[in-house]
Formats: sequence, C-alpha cells, structure tokens
Amino acid sequence: MDRARRQLCARLACGFGALLTVAAIDAQGFRKIAGKERIIAIEARKFVYTPNEITVKKDETVVLAFTAVDFIHGFFIPDMNIRADLKPGQVTEVRLTPGKAGEYAFLCDNFCGSGHEEMNGKIIVTE
Amino acid sequence: MDRRSFMKLTAIGGGAVFMSGLYGHAPAAAAGNTPAPYDDFYFVQLSDVHWGYSGGANPDALNTFRKAVATVNALEVQPDFIIFTGDLTHTTDDPKERRQRMAAFKEIAAGLKVKSVRFIPGEHDASLDNGAAFKENFGPSNYTFEHKGVHFIALDNVSDPGARIGDTQLEWLKNDLDKQAKDARIVVFTHRPLFDLVPKWDWATRDGDKAIALLMPYSNVTVFYGHIHQEHHHMTGRIAHHAAKSLIFPLPAPGSQEKRTPLPWDPALPNKGLGFREVEAQAGNDYKLTEFPVTRT
Repeated sequence: MDRARRQLCARLACGFGALLTVAAIDAQGFRKIAGKERIIAIEARKFVYTPNEITVKKDETVVLAFTAVDFIHGFFIPDMNIRADLKPGQVTEVRLTPGKAGEYAFLCDNFCGSGHEEMNGKIIVTE
Repeated sequence: MDRRSFMKLTAIGGGAVFMSGLYGHAPAAAAGNTPAPYDDFYFVQLSDVHWGYSGGANPDALNTFRKAVATVNALEVQPDFIIFTGDLTHTTDDPKERRQRMAAFKEIAAGLKVKSVRFIPGEHDASLDNGAAFKENFGPSNYTFEHKGVHFIALDNVSDPGARIGDTQLEWLKNDLDKQAKDARIVVFTHRPLFDLVPKWDWATRDGDKAIALLMPYSNVTVFYGHIHQEHHHMTGRIAHHAAKSLIFPLPAPGSQEKRTPLPWDPALPNKGLGFREVEAQAGNDYKLTEFPVTRT
C-alpha cells in the first residue's frame, strides 16, 4: 500500500470514528445514531428488565440489545411472536419493526426463580 | 366394597356422602364408540402444593397441605392411586433448601393412607437445576404405567427452564405411543398445559404442539395438568385437557387481567378456590371429575 492510500485509509477511519461519536446514550438507555436503527440497551436481571417500558413509533425499526446478568433469561412478545434466549456474557440483539400502534406485553419465559412471574414489561407503539 | 358398589349405594341414598363435591364430566373423546367393558377405579389428583411458600396469598400455608391429606384420608372409598401434578415445593435458589423442602413435602405426603402415590415436577421444583433434586427424591420425571386397562404417561415439561419437552423426550413419547393401539385408553399427566392457554402469562409449553400432534392419532386421550391453580377444561381436537386447583393459592381466570398475580386470601372464606379432585374412570373414555375443597367441614 503506498503512502497516499495509507493516508486515505487513515482519513476514512477518522471520519467513521467521528460518526460513532455522534451516538449518545440517553437516560433510558437508548443509543441514537443519526440515520441508523435505534439501539435500545436493556438489562435482564432477576427479576426485572431495565427499562421495562419501551416506546417506539409505528414502522420504526429498533434493535433491543439485551445484557443478561445472572441467568439465561427469556424475552418473549407473544403478540408479535418474537422470542429470544438471553445468555449472560453476550449481548443479544432483537430487531423489530412494529406495524401497528398499541401496547405489547413481553415477559421472561425461562423460569428464573421465585420472582419469575413478575419479570415482564411492555412495548408501547405510538402512531 | 368397590367404588362402583359404593357409588350405587350413595345414589340410592341420595348421594349425601358426596354433597360437598362439585361434579363434572370429562367429555368422551370418541363419541359414538361402543362402550367397552371397563374395570372400575378412580384416582385423586393433587396439584401445586408449593411447600415452602410464605406470603399473604395463603397465611395458612403451613397447614393447607396437611388438611388436604386428612381430607383425602377421610374419603369413604380410598382411590387406587394419587398423582401430584407438579410444584410440590416453592422454588428457592438454594439447592440445600430445595432439598429440605422436598423432604418436608415427602414427609407430609407419606401420611396419605394410599401408598400408591406418583409425582411429576413443576417448574418450581425442577427448572433451576434441570430436575436434579426432583429426580433424587422422586425418581424419573417422565414415565409410564398401566392401571386397569388405562395407559398413563407422565410428561416432564418443566425441567427445561424454557418449558420445552425436548426432542429426546418427544422421541421417547413417540416410541411409547407406537406400542399402543389407536383406540387405547391413554391419560397424560403434565404440569404445564400442552396447549397455548395464555402465553403472555407463561401458561404454555414451548413445544407442546409437538406432543399434541403425536397424541392426536389416538382416539381416547385425556390430559390432566396443574400450573394454573384452578379448575379449567379445554379441548384440542378430540383431546380433553383438565387443569386442577392448587393447594396454596388460586390464580385469576386465564387472561382475565394484565398480570397473573395470586387472588387475595379471604379471611371470611379461608381456602376459597383451593382443593383437589377425584377422577373416576368410566366406560369408554369418560372420566367423572369431582372437585373437593381442602376440608369438608
């Protein structure tokens, strides 16, 4: 690779890094990247999801990025027929694009202990 | 005196002996079949004892199970056998405590007059250790047995925390069913419902549809399960599914509210919504269900 090409690559890398720095994580754990899918960070821990209420717009594509802390929790949205196992030690991404406004309950569907029944939340889809 | 003779006598006497029970009929799965000769028997189903639970939903938690054992022991004719359909104990993260709860449960269950007692696990017993403690105490979590012309199958849909029966067990079920005549009388015991009752309350089995598909070619199948802490009846095709009451606290009607929180204890009506059932095998694939309260006084 000649010097000019190396400089071009370096400039491209710097520009890409600058784009990433535009990303910001707000108080609810939403990471917003201009022009990209919104990534929503969610922690799954006995016996709560944080956050446990997610608001998205109809037809918006979001990526739910789960980090399980203490168990292979489950994530299940029955009305959307979407589910995933959330293994500790890795980020599990669930992509969804709700096409209809409303409230959609989700729950842990891997039995995780005496508070398992309370481990749930909802996705609020606005117009 | 056998069960049939006793029932005839109670019918003659106005049935007063069973006045405290509520009667129901499991529908015949194969309508139109000529009633086959049958050997008279009945069994008792107890479910969801949750031994070790403490909380406001049942302030009498230390006594409810013992009272139910006394009520079963006081039945005029003792059942041929007793089945516990899971959640024998309330879950705990501590493996030692889990075993202590199982030991205490077994000690109380040992007070049953009938010594033919069978158990299957619930998710509270088995999901945190893949059924290890349950198997140490009660043996295999899935099995079959024959009783007076009926083929009984105990299915484990809880040792997997994700509520899967699993391919290995489904293969085992298929092999077992392959040996049965298509019109064999088959009764299945599970903890969770095999069908999607209320998935948003986790009242389902993730691969339950596969078990139902295996059972569907058989014309005389009935399923008894627990998990939902109330009497409930449902048909999937010609297969009848019957949920039993609990011996710890009742839960709301399926899907009737946002969350499946226990119904509050009513001090004026203690043990309301709790109880056990008799299942009397009758001709064909008919099962007469009789619901009993925890105590009959």
